[in-house]
Amino acid sequence: MHNKADNFLHQGVHPRKRKRERADARFHFYGLAAVSLALGFLVIFFIDIIGQALPAFHLTEVLVKVHYTEAVKSNYNKAIDHKLSRIVGRSWLRSLPMKIEANPALIGTEEELWIAADSRVDQYLKGHDGHGLKNKYRKIVDKMQQQGKVRDVFNWAFFQSGDSKLPESAGILAAAIGSLFTLLITMLVAVPIGVMTAIYLEEFATDNTFTRLVEVNINNLAAIPSILYGLLGLAIFINFMGVPRSSALAGGLTLALMTLPLIIIATRAALRAVPESIREAAFGLGASSLQVAWHHVLPLAMPGILTGSIIGLAQAMGETAPLIIVGMMAYIPDAPGSILEATTVLPAQIYTWSTESMRGYSERTAAGIMVLLTVLLSLNALAVKLRNRSEKNW
Amino acid sequence: MDTEMQTKMKIRDLKLWYGDFEALHGINLDVYSDKVTAFIGPSGCGKSTFLRCMNRMNDRIASCRIEGQMLLEGSDIYAPEVDVVQLRTHVGMVFQKPNPFPKSIYENVAYAPRIHGLVTDGPDMDELVETSLKKASIWNEVKDKLQQPGTALSGGQQQRLCIARTIAVQPDVILMDEPCSALDPIATAKIEELMDELKNDYTIVIVTHNMQQAARVSDYTAYFYLGDLMEFGETQQIFTAPTHQKTEDYITGRFG
Repeated sequence: MHNKADNFLHQGVHPRKRKRERADARFHFYGLAAVSLALGFLVIFFIDIIGQALPAFHLTEVLVKVHYTEAVKSNYNKAIDHKLSRIVGRSWLRSLPMKIEANPALIGTEEELWIAADSRVDQYLKGHDGHGLKNKYRKIVDKMQQQGKVRDVFNWAFFQSGDSKLPESAGILAAAIGSLFTLLITMLVAVPIGVMTAIYLEEFATDNTFTRLVEVNINNLAAIPSILYGLLGLAIFINFMGVPRSSALAGGLTLALMTLPLIIIATRAALRAVPESIREAAFGLGASSLQVAWHHVLPLAMPGILTGSIIGLAQAMGETAPLIIVGMMAYIPDAPGSILEATTVLPAQIYTWSTESMRGYSERTAAGIMVLLTVLLSLNALAVKLRNRSEKNW
Repeated sequence: MDTEMQTKMKIRDLKLWYGDFEALHGINLDVYSDKVTAFIGPSGCGKSTFLRCMNRMNDRIASCRIEGQMLLEGSDIYAPEVDVVQLRTHVGMVFQKPNPFPKSIYENVAYAPRIHGLVTDGPDMDELVETSLKKASIWNEVKDKLQQPGTALSGGQQQRLCIARTIAVQPDVILMDEPCSALDPIATAKIEELMDELKNDYTIVIVTHNMQQAARVSDYTAYFYLGDLMEFGETQQIFTAPTHQKTEDYITGRFG
């Protein structure tokens, strides 16, 4: 009556079972530890960046009495009480002569205005002591605060202006527009060329030495350090084709070179994921190669192609190295009016600010990072959404 | 044999290579009009390869090379002036795994007539879709959901939709590559029944691994073995009195 099942069921816990369970638990723990560590770094990074960036989103304004006189035209400091000249932001003061020039009727009048404070005052009030603001000015600020002549407002200027040598008026707008122009060029060049190349290689090309060579090279290009694309862009677009240096066109074309292999690889993967049976069905009904690709394969691959393109473009948007070489890493305060004008881009702007010593810039560095991350995360979210939609349709 | 029997396709000394490998060694075969011809044989014997030669689906394989004659109503389908697109409207194909397009049932059937300009969209197309679905015995099941995706149907229904899609271009010959191997017995029975009806209007060639199916549905049977056509004849003769020992071994299940 003794059978095998009886034996092993009455043996108690088998030693190998305990060993196996311990190994499973260890493996489980290592995995969890790795994930927690990665998440921990991410959380620290976000807390740090957001903590540093938040002060940049608000700004100190002071209430000052402005006197419009003839003398202001030649010396803007005369418009306000000379004690306040270190407290009021200079970029506003510098604009006064032009304001009077444009509207001479102002001469002889006076008004009280809320003006962005000098960055040192701003920093002093944000609690960063000893940042270049002399004691006598601190006292004036303290007194103004008691009189209610100091207020804290949202820093609209950060989103409405370009770079500046004065931290209180430095903003992200010019770089954002530059990024937009650059990315548009990249998209218009890299997406059609990349997608068409992938379609050709995947659907039409015969498998021969030439296409294999092209394939190997595309895969290698994706792994080339991005700064080399900058050199290529400099040599081809700027030196040879005469595209203006620092322009969105030069940067966009350079980034297009860099993004092209990524888009080709992603598109080929998307095309390859379309079941062969769909192609056979269409060919079997007498569809031409073009009809098979256009009517059946592309619509099914489209979400994958879009996802790949968006991720490629997101990477291009965060790229800095190749843009150093084509001259976009520079102090460029104005938003570009066209793709041929000198411009800078978001990551370049962040880098430029990070090299400045004044405290106001380090806030803006973090704020710039937040803006860039927000844009990139939105792009990635869009990519994920498209991918999910494709899974539903399948 | 019937005196009025007509040969639809005549294949003479057809050889096929994949690169250096000779997969078919000179096949000679006649496919008769409005009959069902079954290809049987063990895996890798070349029967599917041969079937795919009949509407030039092998053209898509770069390493594939073909010699010999494949005549459809007297003209060689491998002649340089032949338009493959036109050929495939005359010789349609149904595949092993049901492969409807991920579009509506209506679109699945209307697609091919539209790209070939047979019918314009509108009442004419509606009528063609309806007759095709009726001929494929699936109309009653789908008439109320023509706009629903074809991929939502059951496997057997999908396969009949694929047959309807093939019929819609009014081919002369329908090639079926193991059309029931992915289906359950009930769905299989429906397809077999359908083949019986379809052979009144179309010449059908079917590759099958199922001996009983070959015996049930076909009028003629060709037995392939290692790239050779071992035996060809009326199904009844092949299954009751095969000439070759190999054929007998295979159909009685001794190997394969």
